[in-house]
Amino acid sequence: MTRYVMAIDLRRCVGCQTCTAACKNANATPPGVQWRRVLDIESGEFPDVRRSFVPISCMHCDEPPCEEVCPTTATKKRADGLVTIDYDTCIGCANCVMACPYEARSIVHEAKFAYGDTPIKSEAVRFDAARISVSMKCTFCVDRIDEAARTGQVPGRDPDVTPACVNSCISGAMSFGDLDDPTSNVSRLLAETQSFRMHEELGTGPGVYYIWDKG
Amino acid sequence: MKAKTLKAGERIGPRQQHHWDWRAASNFIAGGAGGGLLAFAALASLAGIDVRALLLGGMALIGAGLTCVWFEIGKPWRALNVYRHLATSWMTREAAVAPLVFGCGALALLTGHSLFVLLTGVFGAAFVYAQARILSADKGIPAWRHPRCRPMLVATGFAEGAALVAVASPFVMTSAAGQLGVAAVTLGLLLVRVLAWRSYLAGLRADGAPEGSLRALAAVDGPFLKFGNLLAAALLLLAALGAPLAGLALIPAGLLAVGGGWLVKYTLVRRAAFTQGFALPHLPVRGRGPAGAAVKPGWGGAN
Ligand code: SF4
Ligand code: SF4
Repeated sequence: MTRYVMAIDLRRCVGCQTCTAACKNANATPPGVQWRRVLDIESGEFPDVRRSFVPISCMHCDEPPCEEVCPTTATKKRADGLVTIDYDTCIGCANCVMACPYEARSIVHEAKFAYGDTPIKSEAVRFDAARISVSMKCTFCVDRIDEAARTGQVPGRDPDVTPACVNSCISGAMSFGDLDDPTSNVSRLLAETQSFRMHEELGTGPGVYYIWDKG
Repeated sequence: MKAKTLKAGERIGPRQQHHWDWRAASNFIAGGAGGGLLAFAALASLAGIDVRALLLGGMALIGAGLTCVWFEIGKPWRALNVYRHLATSWMTREAAVAPLVFGCGALALLTGHSLFVLLTGVFGAAFVYAQARILSADKGIPAWRHPRCRPMLVATGFAEGAALVAVASPFVMTSAAGQLGVAAVTLGLLLVRVLAWRSYLAGLRADGAPEGSLRALAAVDGPFLKFGNLLAAALLLLAALGAPLAGLALIPAGLLAVGGGWLVKYTLVRRAAFTQGFALPHLPVRGRGPAGAAVKPGWGGAN
């Protein structure tokens, strides 16, 4: 089997938001919508104050509550672990938005662009009218993953078939790959380090692992 | 220098949801009351009462709620897609019960046959239950997924249904005994509802919930108890004294009880619906230092 996951090393993330920008460029998300964002968390009491950066997105859960509640089957989990939305089936009821504990989903009801009513070049290329008034979220760049089957490349190893955010990260904080393949980057990395998944107690089985220390 | 607690930045703690507005709330408000009304109209029919007007009222409420939802969804002309996921989606199941309600209800009105009246009541009850399950399946909203939210919603749906029968009873039933029965049943259901509500609030506080949810629910606790339940119960007791007070007291008692339920449901769907927010069980180790303590901003209660 294949289970695509992401591993994000919180020790390395510098909060530069390059991944956020790369995602916006790759997916032409409208203003105000970020499929990938980076939380900037300040915590503690002076003088012991911490600042942590936490990249978040759709976690492509093992047991996606968004899929369970979706009345139309627009939201589905694929055999490789990716959770997808069929824009032609979705009715935009937002039940999945309520079900997702990671605030990963958005619905926008009109076409909006970064600079007014007309799309800039990169937005025009990727604009998808089918995404208006339906649910949308990070896809793990599913089009690239699917390209791998055609070209024989390996997601997580070959940049052409790896999510844009992972490719863009300036500090190498992100890895992507098949958790069921013990030789993949992510499998090796997760075996060598200590990691957690967000809101593990909810039983959703998120496909994003956060590395916080070495093993 | 005085130690200063730093707050987590924006958009980390729970946020109020804005996708489901008053239209979605209306479905739970009107649909729950309508389903409850159908269930108690069916029960009242067993006592030989003509409940056709009540059935019509229940269907109208459910229909109004569903119409509001239709206006809320992003692609209303695809609404039939809602029937695709009977396997796990309670929204599909709610939608699947609706035609059964309307079909049986129409047959009950046309034929007056008791079987159809009873079936309409059963499907009305199923509608109330399905709505409660819709909210409890939404894991992203802690105040909804709490296990005590579901019984509270079912309890208020049925209490509202009985209360609507109470409102109508001076018009549809002439016997004092019948009105006394309605007052007693409504009173019992109000008690169950209050217990379910208090248990829900206590559960949320004990298990932890977003502070915004706790605040919003606490704000309606007083008015709900005083007007929606206590005052309504006092008027029901007055009604129990019999004619001519019965008819006069049953109407405001029922309206107050329904209003209380609607206030709670509106608050639950709109004001208390805060998201999970983000939390870290470990802050990352930087350099040689140790890991930082866990963070979970914006949560109150025991957790
Ligand atoms: S993170 Fe949210 S949207 Fe993504 S699979 Fe999990 S529940 Fe669904
Ligand atoms: S908004 Fe679309 S994907 Fe989400 S639950 Fe409704 S139909 Fe499913």
